[in-house]
Amino acid sequence: MMKSVCFYFQVHQPFRLRTYRFFDIGDQHDYFDEYANRYAIMQLAEKCYLPANSILLELIEKYGKKFRVAFSISGMALDQFEMYAPEVLESFKKLAKTGNVEFLAETNDHGLSSLKSKNEFVRQVKLHEKKLKDLFGIKPKAFRNTELIYNDEIGNHIFEMGYNTVLTEGPKHILGWKSPNLLYCSATNPKVKLLMKNFQLSDDIAFRFSVKQWSEWPLTTEKFAGWLNDLGTNAEVVNLFLDYETFGQNQSKKSGIFEFLKNLPEAIFKQTDFQFQTPSQVSASLQPASPLHIPYPISWADEERDITAWLGNDMQKEAFNKLFDLESFMEKCKDKQLLSDWDKLHTSDHFYYMSTKWFSEGVVKTRISPYNSPYDAFINYMNVLTDLEIRVKNSCGDLKDLSANSGVKKSTTRAKKTATSAKKASASKQTSKKKTSSETK
Amino acid sequence: MRVLMFGWEFPPHISGGLGTACYGLTKALLKCGVDIIFVVPKAWGDEEPGSIKLVNASDVALNLQDEIFREYVDQISYVEVNSRLIPYATDEQYYNIMEKTESGKVWERGELNAQKFTFSGGYGKNLMEEVKRYAMIALEIARQHDYDLIHAHDWLTYHAGIEAKRISGKPLIVHMHATEFDRTGENVNTLVYAMEKSGMEAADVVIAVSHLTRQTVINRYGIDPNKVITVHNGVEPSEKEKDLNIKRNLKEKIVTFLGRITFQKGPEYFIEAAYKVLQRDENVRFVMAGSGDMLPKMIRRVASLGIANKFHFTGFLKGDDVDKMFGLSDVYVMPSVSEPFGISPLEAMRSNVPVIISKQSGVAEVLKHAIKVDFWDIDAMADAIYALVHYEALPETFKKHGKKEVDNIKWDQAGLKVKEIYQQFLS
Repeated sequence: MMKSVCFYFQVHQPFRLRTYRFFDIGDQHDYFDEYANRYAIMQLAEKCYLPANSILLELIEKYGKKFRVAFSISGMALDQFEMYAPEVLESFKKLAKTGNVEFLAETNDHGLSSLKSKNEFVRQVKLHEKKLKDLFGIKPKAFRNTELIYNDEIGNHIFEMGYNTVLTEGPKHILGWKSPNLLYCSATNPKVKLLMKNFQLSDDIAFRFSVKQWSEWPLTTEKFAGWLNDLGTNAEVVNLFLDYETFGQNQSKKSGIFEFLKNLPEAIFKQTDFQFQTPSQVSASLQPASPLHIPYPISWADEERDITAWLGNDMQKEAFNKLFDLESFMEKCKDKQLLSDWDKLHTSDHFYYMSTKWFSEGVVKTRISPYNSPYDAFINYMNVLTDLEIRVKNSCGDLKDLSANSGVKKSTTRAKKTATSAKKASASKQTSKKKTSSETK
Repeated sequence: MRVLMFGWEFPPHISGGLGTACYGLTKALLKCGVDIIFVVPKAWGDEEPGSIKLVNASDVALNLQDEIFREYVDQISYVEVNSRLIPYATDEQYYNIMEKTESGKVWERGELNAQKFTFSGGYGKNLMEEVKRYAMIALEIARQHDYDLIHAHDWLTYHAGIEAKRISGKPLIVHMHATEFDRTGENVNTLVYAMEKSGMEAADVVIAVSHLTRQTVINRYGIDPNKVITVHNGVEPSEKEKDLNIKRNLKEKIVTFLGRITFQKGPEYFIEAAYKVLQRDENVRFVMAGSGDMLPKMIRRVASLGIANKFHFTGFLKGDDVDKMFGLSDVYVMPSVSEPFGISPLEAMRSNVPVIISKQSGVAEVLKHAIKVDFWDIDAMADAIYALVHYEALPETFKKHGKKEVDNIKWDQAGLKVKEIYQQFLS
């Protein structure tokens, strides 16, 4: 039977907020740090995206159908490529044209709506689908939620949107003795196939590649291919899920990471009988080994592999809840600027910056915060959100007048609204329960 | 291991952080088995009425009869010198003390088995002379005792340290709790500066209370970086919860500044930030507690900004009043222009008050659960104040972590580090 390596890269950059003071509230409505965002994108384009993309293109030209990878590029990253680095977008388009690269669906905002509101989650996925169609002319077939966040309920929602392949983390507390190197399916909906990240091998590249104290340093392609062989005959698929910034940013060019990428396929072809496949191919070609029950959300963050990096402390929960308090207003909002600002505030990075987990030592911090402390991050975010709230409520004053003219329409939307908010309440109860339990751990 | 230490008097007479720091460090050193001969200048008798007090408003009144301390009292050789030296003294202040205290009054120590050193001849005419006189006494003490090392705290005792080193040939460690630049900004007293510099140059090791102070010592005094070591201060463990029966009569949130109202503490930045907040939100009150040479100017500034109905001055606070003030506060701000360490935010945190501290403070190097701003950045300061009184999750998070963090900043760690430095010379 064929064994496969499934490479998937996350490409995402948030719209960073500018320093927004409380006296800007109600007065200034420009929230984003144009300079910092442009600088970050241009730096990454030069250090990571362009060189890595060109290596992938070379590999595809060299090996043809034998070499395949997958990407998920958040809407936030795509928007910023359009604004600041169109050449990056062009190089992704080139990759898309080869047909060897699969693009995955996700939320446009790279947000956490899957944990809170199905409506918003669906809206964000639709936005992202449209973007992929407009830019690359493709319709995605597999799904990757923000930071690999997943549980049974989210799986069901994803399935309802037409996807039966989902990428997620393969944490010990879920898999137990089971191997991550097999295809699984959801226990609540067996049609949902799950690809579980092999975090050992993925993180060897993503986090440990240049760590000289690591006993396996330096990591060569031969050694890595050897490890694949060591997995034995039972391994059917090895899911290597990485931040794309691993190449050139998190692991510097000097570390030899690009050479590693360039030479890995050859080593794998030479030493092993592994093939490269994309998530949809894997999902179509393998039989699920067993169903998995995942009641509480998992992710690829930290040792805990849970959602406490984004919604672990009171500040994060407060900011998140306040953001979603505006949802019912936003559903009716027609103001494009307002909608776009609201979307950008969903991005999970904003919540990640507020995490106090980094204060305890030994945590791998994968994204660098622009703030000095989580407190600064919270203050700035809340100032911006307060201004957005005022704008939303002002523009909703107009909406009220509009709906007053069509009484029938108004009552139906209201009924719908109460239904969804009741559902929301129960869903948020569940997640908050989970949060406290993971905190006490 | 025996150390001749030129320190400052223990509680209750504590002027700012210096006395507290000497007390905490000495206790920690005794705990890890270091013998100490402690030499202190005695400026006044107990509770001398009429003399001006340079006691920092943020003082903790620690009791000399304190049981924990009593354990160590027997292990310590305590030498008191009749001297009018007081920490943070300027020439003018020294003159005032001389005016207001009856010279020659002998103070009885009482219960402690302290040894009093008498020196013939009166007090020095001015501060510098007194420093010299003190150094001469030190020479005499240094001759009479046996020890391995000399450790001197802050510039007033450096002369004494140098003399002791000269007579004994033992290594000298000087401890920089504050520099002249912290106290006066750029208007340094060149005599004081020279004395600090010569003390550090003569020393074998200079201990700085923060990286900030260490940098000042290296950059402004030209001291060899290899011999300057940072040892962060600790903080005394919380006393038992006092029941102060604090009743809040005001519905507004209260934002507090508590400290000497001097250049070093940056009171004017607090006022400017308060003005910014009040323009947006009337439901906040600001309190400036303490006294100092800049107080009249501050009152005038508040009046001219037209915020006097929301901005209150309490004057000098001490003892329970300090705790009460913390109990009433929702936010504590320490906007110091230059603060070698800064212990008061830790006391605020112990009372569950969230703190905003200037990045130009040593304490900012050790605290995580505090909002840190540049002292001059009144926008950031105002923003932090606004956030703490508006976004509930923020003070909640601070309360959750703050007290725990403070309780972990212990003198024991500082004591161990200083002992390590001592040991370098003995091996």
